[in-house]
Amino acid sequence: MGRRHSFILGARDALPVSLGYLSVSFTLGLAARQAGMSTLQASVMSLITNTSAGQFAGIASFGAQSPLMLTALAQAFVNLRYVLMSLSLTQRFVPGEPLGLKLLAAFDVTDELFALAMKREAPLDPFYYYGMMAATIPCWALGTLLGASLGNLLPQPVIYAVNVALYAMFIAVVAPPARQNGRILKLAALSMGLSGLMRALPVVGGIAPGLRVILIALPLSFLFARRYPLSEETP
Amino acid sequence: MTNAWVYILVIAAVTFLVRAFPFVLVRGTITNPTLRAFLAYVPYATLAAMAFPDMMLATGTLWSGVMGFLAAAAVAWTGGGLFKVAALASGVVLIMEVLL
Repeated sequence: MGRRHSFILGARDALPVSLGYLSVSFTLGLAARQAGMSTLQASVMSLITNTSAGQFAGIASFGAQSPLMLTALAQAFVNLRYVLMSLSLTQRFVPGEPLGLKLLAAFDVTDELFALAMKREAPLDPFYYYGMMAATIPCWALGTLLGASLGNLLPQPVIYAVNVALYAMFIAVVAPPARQNGRILKLAALSMGLSGLMRALPVVGGIAPGLRVILIALPLSFLFARRYPLSEETP
Repeated sequence: MTNAWVYILVIAAVTFLVRAFPFVLVRGTITNPTLRAFLAYVPYATLAAMAFPDMMLATGTLWSGVMGFLAAAAVAWTGGGLFKVAALASGVVLIMEVLL
């Protein structure tokens, strides 16, 4: 399959994500303006960052004029789950793919694009990933720009619906393999159970979702790897 | 007051470094079986923990979130694709948010 074809396919597959990004990034623009950023600054931030929770944290840091070292540290923590995702992605590309090509994809490891990439059969063509980036990044930045300049254009129920649509994609990726493979079903159920438990508990319930995910996924995946090592087939 | 551009630069740089360093660290194919199994399990563990319970709390009323989650789970389980799952879940939430 040619690169051009992969690129188009990636852009097409990511269209629902683009629509979601366009609408959920409104609030990002709003928050940025409220913290004192200009519309241009908010849009550029979205163009070069693409991380909802991280950007909100960054906007809050700017608003509070937190020391830059603390801002950087908080940013790293909120985004720590991307380490797991990137690590997982390193094994999806063709072995020997030039580092530069992979780093370009690394620029945009988001929850949603990671989910789409995992739904795709390995090996992953970097150009498929670039296609997804080309479809989604402009929407993320445009939504931020619209939110920053015009305020919230969408009625609240629509925003809720879009929020849910983005989460639903994660379920769409996990469910089919979970149905076929009991270990994955067990893993997903445990992961959700622990996540719900942590969210409900006092104190730890306040941990940023991105951090909660890594606190659960890291030990759980390791436990499963020890207990159910891979046979020839992938789990 | 520190310029917003400085913050934006810090945010972007740190985010990129977090995303990129695993690619710099791991260039080839991992052969250690435990590590390979670990990486194969990671997507399911992360995506599941991201979806639940946050999906149910992402709406105006808890019930619409719960229904959206159940709709997504049911459609995904019975083989609905990405688009269908997302569209149905958001449709359920939209209807419930408008009606309730």
